[in-house]
Amino acid sequence: MATDTQLDLWEVFIQSKSGLPYIHAGSVHASDNKMAIQNARDIYTRRGEGTSIWVLPSKHIVASNPDDNDMLFDPSNDKVYRHPTFYLMPEGAKNI
Amino acid sequence: MHNEHSDTHFQSRIDNGEHIEAKDYMPEGYRKHLIRQISQHAHSEVIGMQPEGNWITRAPSLRAKQILLAKIQDEGGHGLYLYSAAETLGVSRAELIENLQSGKAKYSSIFNYPALNWADIGAIGWLVDGAAIVNQVSLQRTSYGPYSRAMVRICKEESFHQRQGYEIMTKMMRGTKDQQAMAQDAMNRWWWPSLMMFGPHDTDSPHSSDAVKWKIKRETNDELRQKFIDKTIPQAELIGLTIPDNNFSLDEKTGHYKISPINWDEFYRVIAGHGPCNKQRVDHHIKFHEEGAWVREAAVAYKQKHVKKELETA
Repeated sequence: MATDTQLDLWEVFIQSKSGLPYIHAGSVHASDNKMAIQNARDIYTRRGEGTSIWVLPSKHIVASNPDDNDMLFDPSNDKVYRHPTFYLMPEGAKNI
Repeated sequence: MHNEHSDTHFQSRIDNGEHIEAKDYMPEGYRKHLIRQISQHAHSEVIGMQPEGNWITRAPSLRAKQILLAKIQDEGGHGLYLYSAAETLGVSRAELIENLQSGKAKYSSIFNYPALNWADIGAIGWLVDGAAIVNQVSLQRTSYGPYSRAMVRICKEESFHQRQGYEIMTKMMRGTKDQQAMAQDAMNRWWWPSLMMFGPHDTDSPHSSDAVKWKIKRETNDELRQKFIDKTIPQAELIGLTIPDNNFSLDEKTGHYKISPINWDEFYRVIAGHGPCNKQRVDHHIKFHEEGAWVREAAVAYKQKHVKKELETA
């Protein structure tokens, strides 16, 4: 089995109901688009888990570096004006 | 500032109940332990298809055949979820399969026992999947994110497996004397190996302490085994099956059953490769892997043809 291969790795995203976001379900191995969709269907949606599937080659995913988490995901608690509760509404104002 | 690449920081994240993701820092021992455990788990799912696959053509009704096919397809799917989870740790699928075929990686030794008759299909679903579920429910809270997510998915699917097995056993126990005897015989053969599925006692388990410290395992072998025993004995009694243990008893104070000592010699003998079906299971895997090589080659050739076409038209 000199040239044996397990094919390429793909990531699978599934939308469970129309209108909802696509959520990462896991990965599959496949050699091309069509096989990736077919394998994703067979592996991840055997019980009505989805109405739509996205697949993309795992090598095209760009992920943030966990070392940068402090910088990237600082909650910016000093910027309270980003929240609606920061603003004072006049007495009696409705529907706002 | 804390050092994000230190084992102390890692342990404090674990202690805080955080999940570890693929790109996060992890000690080498953690990574190794996970690769070993997840791949062993994946191999078990895939090898576990064999004793049941043997019965597809001989299922006693169309209903039973459909159910068995669906169950075995699930096991294949579970193997794939788990292989994917292991791959996030930097090991390739090809390596994992090679380790299975060379015997370097283990799978659950329960699958080295044969499924001799239809009652065995009932006993496998009820006892073997039942034991697996107890372990897997606990692993849903494992500290490694991709493993935990695979477990959540598997647990959702697995409870049908156990119920279909218990249904088979129930039907047989309500059937003829011969059917009842077959069910009891399957119970006698599968009970002890199912209890051994949880692994050695905590005092003799070489990998347990790190796994618990790192929250890979959330409960110990003995705790999980006890849960399974406590659930299963009343289920057996309800349908009239006898536990093949002359000395088990219910401790009224704790609510736990106490069983006779487990024959660990048998467990280690089967792990060492001397179970009834060890060679057959691995040979079968190798045979189908090799016979399927042309499919993988064709898929790659097809892809290359299309890549070439895209380049030409670009």
